[in-house]
Amino acid sequence: MMPPLNLVTQLLHVLAAGLLMISFSMLAQRRTRRLIVLLAWQGVVLTASTLLVAVTAHLQHLYYSAALTLIEKVWLMPWILLRLMRRLGIESDSDPLVNIPTLMLVGLGLVIFAFGLAQPISSLATTVTRQTLGIAMAVILLAFLMMIARHKAVTQVIGFLAMENGLFFAATSTTYGMPMVVELGIALDLLVGVFIFGIFFFQIREQFDSLDLHQLEALKED
Amino acid sequence: MELAWVLGTPLFGALVLAVLGARRSAAELNVVISLATLIAAAALVLRIIGQGSMTVAHEQFFVDPFNVFLIALTALIGFTTAVFSRPYMRIEQDHGRVNAHRLRLYHSMYQLFMAAMLVALSTNNMGLLWVAMEAATLSTVLLVSLYRTRASIEAAWKYFILCGVGIALALFGTILLYFAAERLLGGEGMRALLWTHLNAVKGQLDPTVIGLAFVFLLVGYGTKVGLAPLHNWLPDAHAEGPTPVSAVLSGLLLNVAMYAVVRCKILAVGAMHSALPGRMLMAFGLFSTGLAAFLLWRQRDIKRLFGYSSIEHMGIITFAFGMGGPLANFAALLHMTVHSLTKSAIFFAAGHASQIAGTQRIDGIRGLLAVNPTVGWGLMLGSLAILGTPPFGVFTSEYMVLITAMRDHPWATPFLLVALAVAFAAIFLKVQPMVFGETDARRLPHPPALVPVFVHLLIVLMLGLYIPPALAQWYRLAASLIG
Repeated sequence: MMPPLNLVTQLLHVLAAGLLMISFSMLAQRRTRRLIVLLAWQGVVLTASTLLVAVTAHLQHLYYSAALTLIEKVWLMPWILLRLMRRLGIESDSDPLVNIPTLMLVGLGLVIFAFGLAQPISSLATTVTRQTLGIAMAVILLAFLMMIARHKAVTQVIGFLAMENGLFFAATSTTYGMPMVVELGIALDLLVGVFIFGIFFFQIREQFDSLDLHQLEALKED
Repeated sequence: MELAWVLGTPLFGALVLAVLGARRSAAELNVVISLATLIAAAALVLRIIGQGSMTVAHEQFFVDPFNVFLIALTALIGFTTAVFSRPYMRIEQDHGRVNAHRLRLYHSMYQLFMAAMLVALSTNNMGLLWVAMEAATLSTVLLVSLYRTRASIEAAWKYFILCGVGIALALFGTILLYFAAERLLGGEGMRALLWTHLNAVKGQLDPTVIGLAFVFLLVGYGTKVGLAPLHNWLPDAHAEGPTPVSAVLSGLLLNVAMYAVVRCKILAVGAMHSALPGRMLMAFGLFSTGLAAFLLWRQRDIKRLFGYSSIEHMGIITFAFGMGGPLANFAALLHMTVHSLTKSAIFFAAGHASQIAGTQRIDGIRGLLAVNPTVGWGLMLGSLAILGTPPFGVFTSEYMVLITAMRDHPWATPFLLVALAVAFAAIFLKVQPMVFGETDARRLPHPPALVPVFVHLLIVLMLGLYIPPALAQWYRLAASLIG
């Protein structure tokens, strides 16, 4: 293998590891405001890794993709979420009920599982980023865990967006990203989704006086 | 060209209604736009019958006998639901449950939802399919919470989160599919995502990757089909949204999601050279049918009741597609048609029934025949049809599913029979007192539009007695495409 490629691979691995670390800190973070900041950092790492792959593989569409990530995931989404929190007056909200040590242990198990699952696929991939698929899957599963463990509407949405970050990373690490049309479509859907989430926050607040989802448990099998 | 009209009309309609949707005449405009879509869809059907399958717009869209029949069905039910929604939403407005501002949202999103489903059905690009499915969810979320009650907001939130997570898993499946195909077809253009190209090389796709991709796609799109144990959102969304939305969710969206699952199954079977994908569909289908049949007993809300009935029937369809082969596929396609028509007819009748009674609780709805005989008969006949009573078309398709199951998978037959019997007893015992019995309820302020109910039931009746040879030929062609 060529030496410069090796350096790039190493850098990509560092970035991937950073992504995993951020996922774990999100799992352990109780304060909603800090969670949004961590989400934005995930976006930064994604932008950097996409840009790095674009430079190495000389792929035009990945440059656009990196620009899109920077705008959407680093700036727009966190900005909308923070603005929403300010308007709802829940800036200093936190989720005190989370049992962090147990969550961490379950998270560790998920990472091992993700690597096991990714093994047969990454052995087939030809991209410079193939080893990072396991991390991408781990990020998806950790976000999933976060959505299950949290009971606030805002934190569930952050979990959802973190999961999408993991999916995006999976796409770049296995196939150098999806075609541009599809990626634009996904970005548009996500953006509309966040807007609808925002509308929902207000609707939930209006009806329930709180964004705690424990109150949304009236519709049960009876 | 016809396809451009089919997709363009509802999209244009969504824009127009976003501006004019608050007017008194918006409901009529909604009907006209839906009718235009239906006419365009009919023209498309004629074209496909004449010329066979086709791809358009650089192969991004394609139409074959399998999806053209779903496009026609979607356009038809979209139109009849618009007809039904006109007086229904007017009564809701008189009851003060919605205002003109929310009706604008309702009308605009209704057309956007139709457009998203039609794109999902006609696209050749698996990535675009995902985008359209997600768009269909997004456009209906705010419709489910249209009444802004606690229950409706909770239902919409559940629908949004569960389907959002589900569809995220489907995206991962799509990424894996793209990964497997890119090695064969190359990343240039978008061939590696085009279903027609994937289908051509499916035998050479890597079985391990496709297997994993199929699991994610099945779970992802299966959430939207309402397969148990991923069905939690479905009864809530059906019960709490406005009735026209329940009708299109149940009659159309579930079909579109089912369509996506079947397209993925065709690729998976080809790549894996094994019966495993089919077996997975059978297991999910059987479990959904059984679970839903037993949960039917516990329902106290009329629209929840029929929501569970939809899970049961989607289970039967999934099971039939899982078995595969010409007869089972034929039965599944027929069942998709008759279930959509019957279930939307039932929701129309059930919607007016709960408006008459002023509640959706089953024990609050009594004596429909005395107040409004057409609503009463609509509900009764619709229920009999959905329960598989001969001579309705549901009987024909369920009979065909059972026959195939007895021949190929005898172990599954007792489960199916028990589920069908339990569902029959549950629904019949709940519907009977609603239709007959004493009541002091009053008639509705606007005459309900029940023509759609009887048109649907008439088509279902006809399909039970006599399937026109042209239609049968069409089903057979589609069934052989699915393999």
